[in-house]
Amino acid sequence: MRKGEPVLSSAQNGFEDLVSLDELRPGESGVIRAFNGKHLEDGILMEMGLMVGTEVKLVKFAPLGDPVELSVRGYHLSIRRSEAHFIMVERFARRAV
Amino acid sequence: MATARAQKKQMLEQNTLDIALVGNPNTGKTTIFNALTGLRQKVGNYPGVTVEKKTGLLPGQNGARIRVNDLPGLYSLTPKSVDDQISIEVLTGRHAEVSNLRLVVVAVDASNLSRNLYLVTQIVELGFPVIVALNMMDIASKKGMTIDHEKLSALLKIPVIPVVANKNQGIEVLRASILEQIQVTKADPETNWEMEVAVSEAVAPIAGWYAAHAGFNTVGARAEALRVVSSKKALSVWLAYCQKSGKPEGTELNSMVEAARRNLATQDVSWEMLEAKLRYEWIDALCHRVIRRGRTTDYSLSDRIDRVLTQRIAGPIIFLVIFAVIFQSIFTWAEIPMNAIDSFVAWLGSAVNEAMPDGVLRDLIVDGVIAGVGAILVFLPQILFLFFFLSLLEDTGYMARVAFMLDRIMRSVGLSGRSVIPLLSSFACAVPGIMATRTITSSKDRLITIMVAPLMSCSARLPVYTLMIGAFIPGETYLGFFSLQGLTLLSMYVLGIAGAVGAALVFKKFLIKGRKTTFIMEMPPYRRPSSRWVLYQLYERGKIFVLNVGQIILAISVVLWFLASYPKPDAPNVTAEKAIQESFAGKIGHAIEPVIEPLGFDWKIGIGLITSFAAREVLVSTMATIYNVEGADETSGSLRDALRKAKNPETGAPVYTPLVALSLMVFFVFACQCMSTVAIVKRETNSWRWPVIMIVYMTAMAYVASLAVYQGGKLLGMA
Repeated sequence: MRKGEPVLSSAQNGFEDLVSLDELRPGESGVIRAFNGKHLEDGILMEMGLMVGTEVKLVKFAPLGDPVELSVRGYHLSIRRSEAHFIMVERFARRAV
Repeated sequence: MATARAQKKQMLEQNTLDIALVGNPNTGKTTIFNALTGLRQKVGNYPGVTVEKKTGLLPGQNGARIRVNDLPGLYSLTPKSVDDQISIEVLTGRHAEVSNLRLVVVAVDASNLSRNLYLVTQIVELGFPVIVALNMMDIASKKGMTIDHEKLSALLKIPVIPVVANKNQGIEVLRASILEQIQVTKADPETNWEMEVAVSEAVAPIAGWYAAHAGFNTVGARAEALRVVSSKKALSVWLAYCQKSGKPEGTELNSMVEAARRNLATQDVSWEMLEAKLRYEWIDALCHRVIRRGRTTDYSLSDRIDRVLTQRIAGPIIFLVIFAVIFQSIFTWAEIPMNAIDSFVAWLGSAVNEAMPDGVLRDLIVDGVIAGVGAILVFLPQILFLFFFLSLLEDTGYMARVAFMLDRIMRSVGLSGRSVIPLLSSFACAVPGIMATRTITSSKDRLITIMVAPLMSCSARLPVYTLMIGAFIPGETYLGFFSLQGLTLLSMYVLGIAGAVGAALVFKKFLIKGRKTTFIMEMPPYRRPSSRWVLYQLYERGKIFVLNVGQIILAISVVLWFLASYPKPDAPNVTAEKAIQESFAGKIGHAIEPVIEPLGFDWKIGIGLITSFAAREVLVSTMATIYNVEGADETSGSLRDALRKAKNPETGAPVYTPLVALSLMVFFVFACQCMSTVAIVKRETNSWRWPVIMIVYMTAMAYVASLAVYQGGKLLGMA
């Protein structure tokens, strides 16, 4: 988690605190705020458009719980939970449906 | 004569202008290619690697021919797989096959503009005239997006042509634009985006290297410099290229990159993926100006289909049902055309037999050539059925969902969901299966998949299973519909899968070193497949099978005929059985009998094992020859009867028991009896090391498993 930085309360900006991407529930969205650890190897994720500041939605988990399907930049991408775990997102406050 | 033709070919070649068609995967690139060229296509391979090389002709002006090169799909100019590397080599002028590139058309998915533009901005910097074919405008507007393509064109400073390739819209405009742009002489491209001064200064010496040693233009050199600073992989590819082509400047490049990275670090700029960061910043700003978003519908039809097809419980069930139907169709529906082909070949054989005078030539034609051609053609229905379904599943986008659903399982054997498709294809034939491993990005995963793919029971094993099961497994049924024959067949498939799992684990642990696997895969939206395209692919694959694989089988069946017919017995009127015992094949079979006796096999099966080392299905025709059954196949009663009646001449006991049949089938599950597979593995791994390891480990596995079955069965009193 983010340390030493003030976190705006969700009431102020519509965001909740930072969580790792695989902690989102299906249907929830957030904005990528950081890549944790050394998960920059090869940079495939970044070339696929997952940058700090990119909006991402967790579409669903696979039937066996892993991998996850994301919606990002208008397309769908599947990555493993172990990879999603390193992506820190600011979760959008859940909208009432 | 020959020189005249060569001259003509050279003239033609001089009048041919090469253009490249590139794009991200799933952008409808192939549809655009088909629409541009019609089906005037040539499919081949890039030399040395089995990356498919597809070219087609576009009618040009003043007698010039424009050759469209459909390059493998890629996301960026940083290479990740063999396919990527080929595209990148062609685009950067490092590939000998397409050295005179004049223009690049980039296929772009309008509904997914920003990620697609990443590649576009990279390609613009290479300095060729570039045209963007903005495909899938209809899907974009369904998603509530309006794209100002004129503004996009102005900002990118290149033509942007909106097309809906699958409805043939905009193709004429694209063609006209190609004819116009190909006249444009290669100029230094204009920069679209500016690097920060710190970055620009840090990469400047490397850019100088690219301009001096690799023929890059100013802009392209700077972009490539940024790329090698940002990616270890991109740098290593260049260093390998320098080493291969004997350029001593490689060391210089390496130290300059290291210096640039240190330089950036002192200024608090992280060099890792710097290129992606800078590029996307520019692209995001650009997209903001050209895309207008209206109201978006929350769920597209594709999302709704997907919610069912990958649903937690329904998803796996639907997957099983789909593959059950596919296998059912291969086993039953394909039998109708197979029987028809079979009776035709039998009729042809007997017709020739009657029409021709007795002699060696007639024997060669009837027993060698016609029998051989029959053996090839009889497989065609099965192979076409399988390829039909596989290309249907691929084109609809379902295959990506299979990989998504099964990744978790594949990981437990150390592979990823990407290996599912090659392995499933290997149930038809390991050759296309192994060719399909090219899309696996991790080289370790790819190698393991190649090594275990031939353990999947391919369609060539089916005739052997069918013959043995039909002849020796009783046709009992349990609970009304589980037939013992069907269960036996199923267990052969399960056994092969189990063997593949075991082998994959062993390879992963002991033999193949490499990094841990990753799984990053785009999930394309579901699409209606084009029937014309599916049929065309079917035709292409059928042709490849008949011509390439067929040649081997035909050659082998002629050799086999020779081995089984010569030397001719001295005495006249000897029985066929006696004759084959005296032949070369008989002698080889006798020689290996002591080795295979513990598996329950006699010398006649030994002959079959030898001949089927070239291709498994040859066993059936060998048995037909040995037992002198004319025009027989695995489903014909005459060969079954002959096998059932076969007696050991000394003891009078039947040669084949259900246990022997089982042992033989188990041997076929594991043994590497396919010359085409060995050849394709050699080609894909670029060495004899892996095919040799493959032959050794599979044969050892087959021997041990067969031995266990036969000796174990005897202990249990099954003999």
